[in-house]
Amino acid sequence: MQRDRVVTIFEKGAPGRRAFTCPELDVPQVDPQQLLPAGLRRMAPPRLPEVSEPELVRHYVRISRRNFDLDSGFYPLGSCTMKHNPRLHERVAGLPGHARLHPLQHPSRSQGALELMYNLERALGEVAGLPHVCLQPSAGSHGELAGLLVTRAYHEDRGEVRTKVLTPDTAHGTNPATVTMAGYTVVKVGTNADGGVDLDDLRAKADGDVACLMLTNPNTLGIFDPNIEEISRIVHEVGATLYYDGANLNAVMGVSRPGDMGFDIVHYNLHKSFTQPHGGGGPGSGPIAVSDRIAPYLPTPVIRRTDSADGPVFDLVAEGLPEGAPGAKSIGRLRGFQGNYGCFVRSYSYICSLGGEGLKEASQTAVLNANYLLARLQAEGVREYLPLGFGERCMHEFVLSGAPMKKELGIKTLDLAKRLLDHGFHPPTVYFPLLVDEALMIEPTETETKETLDAFADAVVAILREAQEDPSIAQNAPYTTPVRRLDEAAAAKQPVIRQPLPA
Amino acid sequence: MSSYISTTPDDLREMLAAIGVGSIDELFAGIPEGVRLDGGLDLPAGLPEQDVYAHLLELARKNVSAEDEVTFLGAGMYDHYVPALIDMLMSRSEFLTPYTPYQPEISQGGLQVMFEYQTAMTELTGLPVSNASVYEGPSAVAAAGYLAKLANGKGRFVVSAGLHPHSAQTLRTLAVGYGIEVVDVPLKDGVTDPQAWAAAIDEDTSAVFFQNPNFLGAVEDAKALADAAKNSPAVVVGQYDPITLGILAPPGECGVDVAVGEGQALGNRLDFGGPSFGFFCATEAYLRRMPGRIAGETKDVDGRRGFVLTLQTREQHIRREKATSNICTSQALNALGGVVYLSWLGRQGIVELGELLLQRTHYARTTLAAVDGVSTLHDQPVVREFALDLDVDGLAGVERVVSRCCAAGYNPGYPLGRDEGGHPTGLLVALTEQRTREQVDRLAEVLAEAVAAERATATTSTEVPA
Repeated sequence: MQRDRVVTIFEKGAPGRRAFTCPELDVPQVDPQQLLPAGLRRMAPPRLPEVSEPELVRHYVRISRRNFDLDSGFYPLGSCTMKHNPRLHERVAGLPGHARLHPLQHPSRSQGALELMYNLERALGEVAGLPHVCLQPSAGSHGELAGLLVTRAYHEDRGEVRTKVLTPDTAHGTNPATVTMAGYTVVKVGTNADGGVDLDDLRAKADGDVACLMLTNPNTLGIFDPNIEEISRIVHEVGATLYYDGANLNAVMGVSRPGDMGFDIVHYNLHKSFTQPHGGGGPGSGPIAVSDRIAPYLPTPVIRRTDSADGPVFDLVAEGLPEGAPGAKSIGRLRGFQGNYGCFVRSYSYICSLGGEGLKEASQTAVLNANYLLARLQAEGVREYLPLGFGERCMHEFVLSGAPMKKELGIKTLDLAKRLLDHGFHPPTVYFPLLVDEALMIEPTETETKETLDAFADAVVAILREAQEDPSIAQNAPYTTPVRRLDEAAAAKQPVIRQPLPA
Repeated sequence: MSSYISTTPDDLREMLAAIGVGSIDELFAGIPEGVRLDGGLDLPAGLPEQDVYAHLLELARKNVSAEDEVTFLGAGMYDHYVPALIDMLMSRSEFLTPYTPYQPEISQGGLQVMFEYQTAMTELTGLPVSNASVYEGPSAVAAAGYLAKLANGKGRFVVSAGLHPHSAQTLRTLAVGYGIEVVDVPLKDGVTDPQAWAAAIDEDTSAVFFQNPNFLGAVEDAKALADAAKNSPAVVVGQYDPITLGILAPPGECGVDVAVGEGQALGNRLDFGGPSFGFFCATEAYLRRMPGRIAGETKDVDGRRGFVLTLQTREQHIRREKATSNICTSQALNALGGVVYLSWLGRQGIVELGELLLQRTHYARTTLAAVDGVSTLHDQPVVREFALDLDVDGLAGVERVVSRCCAAGYNPGYPLGRDEGGHPTGLLVALTEQRTREQVDRLAEVLAEAVAAERATATTSTEVPA
């Protein structure tokens, strides 16, 4: 990757240089002051860049080369599921009939889009084992919020006031943040020695004040909780809902369904299991699926299909829904328009490509790849430094502990991660989940070849060997990247969050 | 085997042997019998790429896109021209497929884009702080509400009826969750009623919300609205259409504390409503309360300039239940489109574009309001969107007029009666730089015919006893 002198677009160009040509004024000109009085007007133009189009293109192409990306390298990122992004998806999402479609068109003029969304809802519902899907949430965390707001509406509709939400200590950080945002109090539930929910702790904390238990299964340790049926029983016995954080759904598609496990509400991360490009952190999409009893509280509008003699007709409906129907007692709207439709097109395309069998095979292979990589990293000479945090096998991801490595070799998990950059790999997720010391969380996904997994394992082994000789190499890594270790503390202490501009 | 998986039978054998199991099924032994799906998913079989393409093309053709008609439909999302270079840059693998830049050494490109985006948005809004974007406009409004609630702990939001209905509804959905009351303030002559606005703001007001230009296209006196909240604890939140900020007084100069809005107009596609990006800018006081990601400048061990995600102690992955929001993302790719678009327009271009919209919008408003049976819903200053009143029978009449115009290839706008409390015979007409005088003139003809036809039908039907 390139090591250019770093200059922002605001430091390029020259006064008067431009890329944009404004269309000609083809209407009779009226005094602008008359149309917009001075008091409402901007006096000085914003100091936006003054660059030509070639300069603009070259700037962004150059800085793009200072990015690691999935199309050129391996991302073994635990809990983030960085699988191949088929280019077919970009092609179909870019078709004008999808890309240039206005969200407020009359539904009669958006029948293809509504049909696609309807089909996607059905397919996602089948994967979750829950019948009612709402595509509106914009990200997994947004789906969590939707899930807790429908939970609140469900309880309140039954005249119940509940104040607490249970989250295991292995939960993603978004879970507790969402709980607070939805107006509930977080109650932590412990983890047992096998990496599952501590049932005694759960029993002690599950009472009539509990609105919901938010669970990831398999969890962030990569372990499928064998007590899930008992957990479901305990939670439902006190009248709470059971929420499935779908971050790890990629492990069980077609193998086991959250609805069959007893979950009432599920969110999907379309950008994880259903191949949205991550885009450097967005856009994502986080639809939810719910059981019959939760369905009336779903966000609106909902898509309705009516069968006529000429075939199915699709509509968007927010009002006048029959009792018990999805959205009939809706919490309302969660965002503008209908959700991240561009993401729906891609995920729908993915499901069409794979079919039911293909989705199952994707999960099976993800689990195979994870266990294979785990086996390579637990061979003699490696596991002494990087033991598995919990259990013996894993689902689609696993968490190693770098604690012995730190003690024996003097290099931390962060050092290993940074040294991996010099080997051309994106590091695994580090320091999460919190209950594994010096955690290294690895998820290879189903789309990587055995050769890639081997090369990654070889790199880890090489770094450990190297550290036995000289730990300072890893401690000061990386060396080959566009920049070396950055002073994050300074950035937070005296934040510089925009380019200073000349007057 | 799907084409996205590369395991060969030989690989499989070797891998299972290395793991020490006989089959893949053994790896799933930890899943209890009772929750296994034995029959597989009830979904159609997978299709080859060309068949999937054909199917998605067929669905696309069932839609009428902005490519198929001349559209004056806006109401929050707009058919601006998206320059070709944005498609090119947004589809580059290096921007399209990377992960969140948690490893800054290999993510300098994306971090620099965030930093540049933040700079552009602070310039545009006249506010010193910008995050790296949130989901979209209405979510940004709702996030501003949550910021206010955490900042001052007060119990009430005051909301102008000029706020986009989706923003008001989203804000309300979330506010119910954390128990804040929402008070609505009506419009008067097309803008927020100043007396009602001032009367609604008190010591228990957590935040006030207005939109500029408002949902009826009218330019609000933002400074006056902000001033009315000056002696209260309220955070002043303004939702803006960023394309108008080349000519409208920037929120930072009007006393607005948090400026938010829908970024789609800046180089993003319509995409039937998303993905786009929501922008979120604020005064310095709220820097450590911002939702979402922020990129900051720093140096590496060799003293080289670099960028990192900063102020992360606000965020959910560190602060968990004490985080300032649950948002763990930005719309990085869409925000890239935003900053490239703003750089493409440039310092003078955004002003020129604003002036062009102002002139053409005035022309369109005058021309369409001259049509028989059509008048303006208000006469406030407008920049790119305006509201008409059609002399027809309620929303149904407006929908029929719209439908007639669409049949002639001209989508005249958004029927305001579709929203609860919206003007039943209102029509919201939006312009972009793609709408020419010739198209406006033709729309006037099409609209005249449609309104006349509608009135003739209505007259006929009332003459016939039921």
